[in-house]
Amino acid sequence: MRRVVVTGLGMLTPLGCGVDATWARILAGDSGGKKIDTFEVSDLPSQVACYIPRGDGSNGTFNPDQWMEPKDQRKVDDFIIYAMCAARQALDDADWHPKSDEDQFATGTMIGSGIGGLTGIAETAVLLKERGPRRVSPFFIPGRLINLASGYVSIEHGLKGPNHAVVTACSTGAHAVGDAARLIALGDAEVMVAGGAESPISRIGIAGFCSARALSTGFNDTPTKASRPYDKDRDGFVMGEGAGVLVLEEYEHAKRRGAKIYAEVTGYGLSGDAFHITSPPPDGNGGFRSMSMALKRAGLAASDLDYINAHGTSTQVGDEIELGAVERLLGNAASKVSMSSTKSATGHLLGAAGAIEAIFAILAIRDNVVPPTINLDNPSVQTAIDLVPHTSRKRDVNVALSNSFGFGGTNASVIVQRVTN
Amino acid sequence: MSEIGERVKKIVVEHLGVEPEKVIDSASFIDDLGADSLDTVELVMAFEEEFGCEIPDDAAETILTVGDATKFLEKNAKS
Repeated sequence: MRRVVVTGLGMLTPLGCGVDATWARILAGDSGGKKIDTFEVSDLPSQVACYIPRGDGSNGTFNPDQWMEPKDQRKVDDFIIYAMCAARQALDDADWHPKSDEDQFATGTMIGSGIGGLTGIAETAVLLKERGPRRVSPFFIPGRLINLASGYVSIEHGLKGPNHAVVTACSTGAHAVGDAARLIALGDAEVMVAGGAESPISRIGIAGFCSARALSTGFNDTPTKASRPYDKDRDGFVMGEGAGVLVLEEYEHAKRRGAKIYAEVTGYGLSGDAFHITSPPPDGNGGFRSMSMALKRAGLAASDLDYINAHGTSTQVGDEIELGAVERLLGNAASKVSMSSTKSATGHLLGAAGAIEAIFAILAIRDNVVPPTINLDNPSVQTAIDLVPHTSRKRDVNVALSNSFGFGGTNASVIVQRVTN
Repeated sequence: MSEIGERVKKIVVEHLGVEPEKVIDSASFIDDLGADSLDTVELVMAFEEEFGCEIPDDAAETILTVGDATKFLEKNAKS
C-alpha cells in the first residue's frame, strides 16, 4: 500500500483557535474548564464545560466571521463553523489549494461528528411544536446533517474527491484519520482533509450525558479541576467543543510538491466490543485489539511506542480499563512509555477528540515533548507507565499512538511516526 | 422608499448578506442578489414573520424581486 503522511494541521479547541495557540497552553498545563454560562444549569447535576474561547480573533480567540460568512453561519449548527475553521487552517498549513480538475478530483474530505446539529434539532423541535411546520427553515436539515461539515468544506475549497463523513461517537475523529489514510493508501485520493467537529455544549446535550451518568458533577465550583483522568477523585468527563482537521497526503505527492511533512500515519486498528452501549468490557479487550491491530499494520512491536495519547476521559470505569489494556499491550515495555490524557485540559470533544488528539500525538513527535495529564494528584492505581502528571516533559518521541473509544463499543487506534526515508 | 420597503430591504440584506445599495426594487433575489432556491424559501418565511401575514405558495412564486415583495406586503401586511 502507498505511504500516507500528514502535511497540514488545523484546530479549534477550548484552549485556543489554532494549533500553536492550543499547543502552547497544553504544554503549559492550562485547563479549558469553565462554569457553564450560556444556558440554565441550576437543575443540571453537571455545570461545567470546556468552551472554545470566543473573541475578535486575536490572541488565539475564535471569531466565527473569519471562517464563515455570517449569512451562512445562520443556516448551520456550530460544529460546521468549527469544521470550516479547522479545515482552512489545515489547508493553509499544508499550502494545498487545488485549482486544476486533476488536483481537485484527487482531494477528498472526511470530517465527521459524534452527534452533529444537536442544538438546532432541539430548538427546531420546540419551534415546530409551538409555531407549526411553516416556521421550519429550509436550512434546518442541511444545517444539522453530520456530513455537511465535509459538504461545506468541500464547496468552500473545491475538493471534488471522496466526500465522506464518519459517525462513531467519540471514536469519530480517529476513524476519520484512519479511514482517510486508507483511501489514500488504496489510491482513491491523493490528499484527504480529515477530522472531526463537535458542538455539544447545550442544555439538551448536558442533560442527556448527565442522565447517562457520564459527566463530572463534583467540581461545579472548580471547573478547571473537573477533568482529572486517572486521579482517584475523578467522577466523569467534562464536555468540550471544537474541531480538529488534518491534511493527509500520499508520500510521493507530498515530496514532489515540497510539502512540509509532520509525520507518517503507519498504523490503524479498529474493533468492536459487542458488550454494552456505553461501557467497555472490564478486560478492555476491544481497546487492546484495536491497539494490537494498529501495531501490526505499522509493523511495530509494543516496545517501539514512545507516547500514547489515551482516550482517558476521566470516567471512573473507563480510565482504568484502558490503562489495563495498555499495560497488557506493553508488558515489560510499560516503564519506557509515556501516556497522557490531554482531555484533562481540553475536556472531551466527542467526535472531534480523536482528531485533535492525533494532532497532539504528531506535535509530540515534532517537538520531542509529551503533554501532561493535568489534575492527576493521586493516581487511583499504581502503574509502571509514566502518566505525565501536571507538567509536560521533554523526551524522545518517534512513535505515538492515539486511542479513541466510543459509545456503541467502537474502538480506534491510530499510530503516527516520525518520517524516515 | 415606503416604511414597508425599508423593512423588506433590511430583511434581504440580513438574510442574503448583500450590500444595502444593491437591494433596489428591480433587483431579482436569484439573478442579482445571489440567492438560491432555499434562500428564497427562507426569505418568504422571514417576510411572513416580520409582517404577520401568510404568503401562500402560489403568491410566493410571483415574488421574484425586492419590488415584488414590497408590493405584495404593502397590500397584505398585518403588522
